[in-house]
Amino acid sequence: MKFSNPARPDAQIGLARARPQARALVQGRGTFASDITVPRMVHAAFLRSPYAHATITAIDLAQARTMPGVVAVLDGAAMADLCTPWVGVLTHLKGLKSAPQHPLAVGRVRWQGEPVAMVLANTRAQAEDAAEHIMVSYDPLPPVVDAAAALAPGAPIIHPELGDNLAFERHIDTGNTDAAFAAADHIIEADFTFGRHTGVTLEARAVVADWNEGEQRLTVHQGTQVPHMMQTIYALHLGLDESQVRVICPDVGGSFGIKIHVYPDEMAAVAASRLLRRPVRFAADRLESFVSDIHARDHTVHARLAVMNDGTITGFDIDDLTGIGPYSAYPRTSAVEANQVINLIGGPYRFAHYRARTRVAFQNKAMMSQYRAVGHPIATSVTEGLLDRAAQRLGIDPVTIRRRNLIPDDAYPCTSPSGMRFEALSHHACLDRLLTLMDYDGLRAEQASLRERGIMRGIGIASFIEITNPGAAFYGVGGARISAQDGATIRLDATGRLIVQASVTEQGQGTTTILAQIAAEAMGVAFEHIRVMLGDTDITPYGGGTWASRAAGIGGEATWQAARALRDQILTLAASILQETPTNLDISGGAVIDHASRAERITLAELARIAYFRPDTLPKGIQAELIATRHYVPREYPFAFTNGIQAAWLELDTETGFITLLKHWVVEDCGTIINPLLVDEQIRGGVVQGIGAALFEQCDYDSEGQMLNASMADYLVPMAGEMPDIIIGHVTTPTAESTIGAKGAGEAGTAAAAAAVANAVNDALSPRGITIDTIPLTPARILAALATYADGVGRG
Amino acid sequence: MKAAAFDYIRPETLGAAITLLSKHGPDAKLIAGGQSLLPALNLRLSAPGLLIDIGRLAELRDITLADRTLHIGAGCTHAHVMNHPIVQRHAPLIARALTEVAHPAIRARGTFGGSLANADPAAELPACALALDAVMHAQGPEGPRRIPAAHFFTSLFETALAPDEVLTGVDIPIQGDTQWGFAELARRTGDYAMVGLAAVARPGTIRLGWFSVGQTAILAHRAAAILTEGGPLEAACTALADDLPAHDDPQASAAMRLHLARVLLRRVVGAWGER
Ligand SMILES: Cc1cc2nc3c(=O)[nH]c(=O)nc-3n(C[C@H](O)[C@H](O)[C@H](O)COP(=O)(O)OP(=O)(O)OC[C@H]3O[C@@H](n4cnc5c(N)ncnc54)[C@H](O)[C@@H]3O)c2cc1C
Repeated sequence: MKFSNPARPDAQIGLARARPQARALVQGRGTFASDITVPRMVHAAFLRSPYAHATITAIDLAQARTMPGVVAVLDGAAMADLCTPWVGVLTHLKGLKSAPQHPLAVGRVRWQGEPVAMVLANTRAQAEDAAEHIMVSYDPLPPVVDAAAALAPGAPIIHPELGDNLAFERHIDTGNTDAAFAAADHIIEADFTFGRHTGVTLEARAVVADWNEGEQRLTVHQGTQVPHMMQTIYALHLGLDESQVRVICPDVGGSFGIKIHVYPDEMAAVAASRLLRRPVRFAADRLESFVSDIHARDHTVHARLAVMNDGTITGFDIDDLTGIGPYSAYPRTSAVEANQVINLIGGPYRFAHYRARTRVAFQNKAMMSQYRAVGHPIATSVTEGLLDRAAQRLGIDPVTIRRRNLIPDDAYPCTSPSGMRFEALSHHACLDRLLTLMDYDGLRAEQASLRERGIMRGIGIASFIEITNPGAAFYGVGGARISAQDGATIRLDATGRLIVQASVTEQGQGTTTILAQIAAEAMGVAFEHIRVMLGDTDITPYGGGTWASRAAGIGGEATWQAARALRDQILTLAASILQETPTNLDISGGAVIDHASRAERITLAELARIAYFRPDTLPKGIQAELIATRHYVPREYPFAFTNGIQAAWLELDTETGFITLLKHWVVEDCGTIINPLLVDEQIRGGVVQGIGAALFEQCDYDSEGQMLNASMADYLVPMAGEMPDIIIGHVTTPTAESTIGAKGAGEAGTAAAAAAVANAVNDALSPRGITIDTIPLTPARILAALATYADGVGRG
Repeated sequence: MKAAAFDYIRPETLGAAITLLSKHGPDAKLIAGGQSLLPALNLRLSAPGLLIDIGRLAELRDITLADRTLHIGAGCTHAHVMNHPIVQRHAPLIARALTEVAHPAIRARGTFGGSLANADPAAELPACALALDAVMHAQGPEGPRRIPAAHFFTSLFETALAPDEVLTGVDIPIQGDTQWGFAELARRTGDYAMVGLAAVARPGTIRLGWFSVGQTAILAHRAAAILTEGGPLEAACTALADDLPAHDDPQASAAMRLHLARVLLRRVVGAWGER
């Protein structure tokens, strides 16, 4: 199937369709979990630990229980009979350890923001009022805040039963790294630091849990990416059969990986519903989100690159360290980001010698786990930062060194030194496209002439690879009950319209829209005649949901296969009605047509009418089957790697340290593009989050483990006013593993934006002979690097 | 978070508002646009028992020009003030500064008087009031009184208003300002600034009103005196070390803030012509 041919009949794949669901959302008619009201519902509010590390010596709930509107007040002890604890480990991440985590702290608190007690009351305000009257006595313990300090000898141990604070360590050693570095003409060395930040979703986390004592069934309305995973979790930890649990995702206001984890407060709210036999709503507010949602990044990387005089790179030597908070997140763990960092470093380039170590430390900060582009921004920033430093050392252009080392476009399939298998990538084609798109030479000339006038502008380039369409390799092989496959069911209804039910989910990115496009083209019907239903464990096929850029590539392919299967069933039925052979028929424009002449034979509406209302007129022995289900998971490759390249163009004010972003370009290759509008918006949104990491976002912790900027006033999310125009181009290399050939696009923007911006800042700084290795690049950091002012009160 | 429970009254007249305020004492709080108060209530930083809403009092919403004095009613919204032709013509500094106050949605509700009475040291308008030598009109049970801007901002979020007084408006002398300038450094559009300057030159005086430099907006007297006397800009920059308190916060150390203040002074006053 050639999706590149726009003249094909019933073409839908490749059309820039706006999301029809957006109409309801902008009219305020969306339904988010916190919009759902159930009779007799109570509201949960949590008392959270003010300490990063302390022993709980006493909890007194008595006074809170007397407050107006209060239905129940619960602590860790009360949870013991309701919900079993969990441990975030996976067997394929060898040696990963963590401790049992409870819905409400038991005996000890390990981060500021950890839920300690829960009030259930008739309104959230009453619950908050009562929470102020819970008395907890703490004995503060020394907090372990810094990841390196956590691993130092003599550091206080966060979980004494684990023996130390090292959660996970992994080494890669391929080729002969020592020899490569000994033979290198130059060794480039740098220490990179990446701030800890978080995914600020427009809709905070929310659950409405409803245990129905009569039905003995639990229904949880939840803003989640993974309804089937949550169904398993609730059943497992509440002691229910999976068939007793239904998880429904209504509209979800952004997710970015924040909504694929098990959170203690949500577990407590769900468990409380069973205890009280009443519906319980917990909708996190923004303040508690900052200290209870997972955080991400927070890596320091000591990195070395071996390079020859002609610019050929021969080896990388990497030492990565990250702190993940006091527990490994459940059930996906908190070792995946570190694991990805060392899997992906050097990924776009051809080299043979690779040594890497990553260490994951427990610490007394909010928990850390998978957030959009897991590990990629770190790996890309390290790789691309080293390449730029090498180019500078050798006095060659950043483009030249990339051209010399990028894996040639005709070298596939191939395998990276860390063992990543690439089916087909297009680094050089993307680079060429980028240089044209941005007029690289023109921009360099402009930069040079402005530099003469004292205006400091920088250009930064960053190539990247992105992991998409994972099969079981991420979680399934490690023992997690997280479906690697996804399914779709498609049904012809009685008026000739179609209904798709699929197991992938929607959080605003347009999953619903692309599945309708795929189904419409596969069937040969109008886009408007497809209705898509997602996010309900009782009605959709079983599947993994949406994460790791897999909904389009995996859920989309399942939808295609299901629609093609139904199409064949319809043609068989039509052939029997029309006394024709099925191969002489086709479907187009919502009707069965003659394959050769394209003349209409019978509309789908008429066919459905006969099938449903006059089956007595069908030939003997013919039973119409107007529903089909298919499931899909890629089997050849564990991941469908995509690739691309980004560039940033910015101006640096050396007096103030402020950066003005002027323009940003992305050329990427996600295979078949199902909807260019939505792909481009995914990339733009991802770039903006990457820019957030590069310039603005950082969870500031003090030495006591207190987050200092846990509000929207102080935590700087990137905003439209500061964003540059983001120009996007595409190269298309479909994956041969599926019919539709789509790979993922959801994380490409985030993967390399920070690297491009940091390289551009360092390019702007290059006349001063300065490079900065730490993000976010705040004015304070830039001025400090420039030594613009004396650290006293002298003349500025 | 949700605000603690409170009562709410919307009096029809200023007099009624003042009566309520004096009757309920410290348990009551005025609410105008709510753009600073409501966040404080929701964060439970403040939990008054009664809110007295003065947001719809027509008497507080005049903008007039008479006797070389521009009067801006305390109840005018930021958006109204910013777009008002009289303000744009006679107090362009204020119109300019307001473009950097928050975002359009907040400017549609937040009020001129609310910002001044709130006395946030990072807010733009208090520094403008200082630079323009404005006079505050207050009214309490004892009747009206006038407070020069220079005596109005007493400490962090504190003003010279008595607990039972309402700020009713502000007079700005129109003296044919020869020069004015405004600059601030904020990380994102609409954010409170890391440091900012509202500067006004009038025949015989230059006033430099600074914000985000300490506990209150302040006038830099020494630097202004040097400039008023025609001294070199660099000397004024040096003098800022004595004018501005050493103020550290997570965004900028005191040394960095002083450096940035000097950058702003050079940019604003430098644009006025050779010095
Ligand atoms: C996201 C956000 C960003 C913001 N950014 C900025 C910014 O960059 N710069 C800036 O300057 N401001 C900013 N603000 C604050 C905004 O300008 C407020 O509108 C202003 O500070 C207060 O005005 P208000 O009418 O909303 O007052 P309210 O919130 O109603 O009241 C504030 C305080 O003043 C008192 N008060 C109000 N009116 C009177 C009166 N007439 N007499 C006596 N006391 C009174 C109240 O009792 C209360 O204590 C921002 C606000 C938000 C929410």
